Amino acid sequence: MFHYLLKRIGLSVVIVLCALLALFLLLHLIPGDPATIALGPRATPEAIARYAAKMHLDEPILLQFQIYLFNALSGDLGVDVFSERSVTRIVLEALPSTLILAAVGLLWAALIGVPLGCISAVRPNSWFDRLTGVISVATIAIPSFLVSIWSLLVFAVILKWLPVIGAGEPGDLADQAYHLVLPAFAVGLSWVGYLARMVRASMLEVMNETYIRAAHAFGLEPRTVVFRYALKVAILPTITLIGIGFGGLLSSALFAEIIFTRPGVGKLIYDMVMNRNFPVVQGAVLITTGVYVLINLGADLVVAWLDPRVRDSL
Amino acid sequence: MSVTPSENPASAALAANTFRGEGGRKLRRLLGNWQGLTGVVLVMMFLASAIFAPLLAPYDPNALDIPARLSGPTWQHIAGTDQLGRDTFSRVLHGGRVALYVATIGISVSMVFGLLFGMLAGYGPRWLDNTLLLLFDVIRSFPTIIIGLAAVALLGPSLNLILAIVIVTTIPAYARLVRTSTMALRNTEFIIAERSLGVTLSGILWRHILPNVIGPMFILAAMDVPVVVTVEAGLSFLGLGVLPPTASWGSILNEGYLLIRQTPWPIVAGGIPLVLTTLGFTFLGEALRDVFDPRLAKGH
Repeated sequence: MFHYLLKRIGLSVVIVLCALLALFLLLHLIPGDPATIALGPRATPEAIARYAAKMHLDEPILLQFQIYLFNALSGDLGVDVFSERSVTRIVLEALPSTLILAAVGLLWAALIGVPLGCISAVRPNSWFDRLTGVISVATIAIPSFLVSIWSLLVFAVILKWLPVIGAGEPGDLADQAYHLVLPAFAVGLSWVGYLARMVRASMLEVMNETYIRAAHAFGLEPRTVVFRYALKVAILPTITLIGIGFGGLLSSALFAEIIFTRPGVGKLIYDMVMNRNFPVVQGAVLITTGVYVLINLGADLVVAWLDPRVRDSL
Repeated sequence: MSVTPSENPASAALAANTFRGEGGRKLRRLLGNWQGLTGVVLVMMFLASAIFAPLLAPYDPNALDIPARLSGPTWQHIAGTDQLGRDTFSRVLHGGRVALYVATIGISVSMVFGLLFGMLAGYGPRWLDNTLLLLFDVIRSFPTIIIGLAAVALLGPSLNLILAIVIVTTIPAYARLVRTSTMALRNTEFIIAERSLGVTLSGILWRHILPNVIGPMFILAAMDVPVVVTVEAGLSFLGLGVLPPTASWGSILNEGYLLIRQTPWPIVAGGIPLVLTTLGFTFLGEALRDVFDPRLAKGH
């Protein structure tokens, strides 16, 4: 088990290093002067010269990569040459809003998807199970950005029940929650399907275990058996799935932020792509990858900690 | 398409024969189930409308009709027009061609590479297998769209870039599938016997491994189409995919999004084919899997 954890941590490090390498190569393999390409046509010669000096573009390429790598690993992702602000700070300011959106989206999906999966597994092939199956496939198949656009059209533009754009007044929690409803709905919808299916599948397996049959034989209430004993084990593969699927969750959040004009990392990346400001895009992509890798690793550690069979072998 | 379970390849010949007799029954099972039938119908509709778009479209997708701009559905323009008076229905039909192009080219290229890398990993030396597996894990772990955006930031939007993103991110799934089957087969008695008879490696891969993996690969491909079509539509929606004035479902949605307060029709008309296509291929893929290869159900 210790070996497994070591492997997982090693993989996370490799992923982050690959992201660093990919972004570095991307910039240097395109023919032309990297500083001019990175900053786009708007950049002044002074800005280009400053960026070239900062990236040590006159040094050999291996040394450049070394400097870039050490700077990035020590948290220095450079300076946005247009606003003179630290890229790390710009991205970290945008990050909480994105994480809240992703977390709330996942939370409401779990509150609906997990019970749906449990009930389906208790009565397999009932009308409820079949209906859940259809709902799951439908929510998984509909692209999340389309859910964003259509819910914006229906609930904000036509019915005017919910606000169209923004994240609400700073400091006013009720207003912020009000602005979070539609984006969180759009981000979470496909997860209702994923979670219901995953929980159903692992629940069906667990319900056949002897300890569950023993619990039934002791005369415990079926509800207690399902939610207190079976779910504890059946939820584990689902947690792993959430870790792996978090990248998809971030992509949905990116679209939701752009469509609902919410501040966040997704909106930041999009705006900077449109402005041809590669240094900020690069920093934002790296930090997003880092967050993703951490959450992925975190999910695996949570599973290892929750599962007594795994925990004892540590 | 073979249905031989890889655990029991000795019965390959037997299964190949029975499969022929069972073909009709399998097809009936596929179409007899409402999911499979809906899937087949929706996929046929998508293919037909995309292939015959130039014949079916009532107007040129880029023809302007300024006096009729921003009209809702009328007898002349059954899905309405956009801000330049272009016929939305014709644009939707032509947008299907972009989706079909990206899906066909993207998935076939990545199937070929998946086959290659999967066989390499499955039949090659241990270190190569480990390296390739690590590479697959890394690619699978990346938030695709976000890395794609970084590339677009430097290279500018283009359809080829979308294709490249799609290909790189879908290869690992095929490669893993091929790798697993190759490994299961490489040490079975009939393969060892063939090798001792002097059959070349490429002969074994071509004649015995390929028929075993090609079926599951097509099932995986059917399930990948929604992902690929969504990536194309999503990036085109952001203005980072096809270039104007080319019609794609994503670019129609983008134009509609900018006009959301004036007219709902482009958003409705651009979204419906996208949903029908993703639903159709998902239904078809799952029905194919249930009928031909229930083993696949676990991993996905």
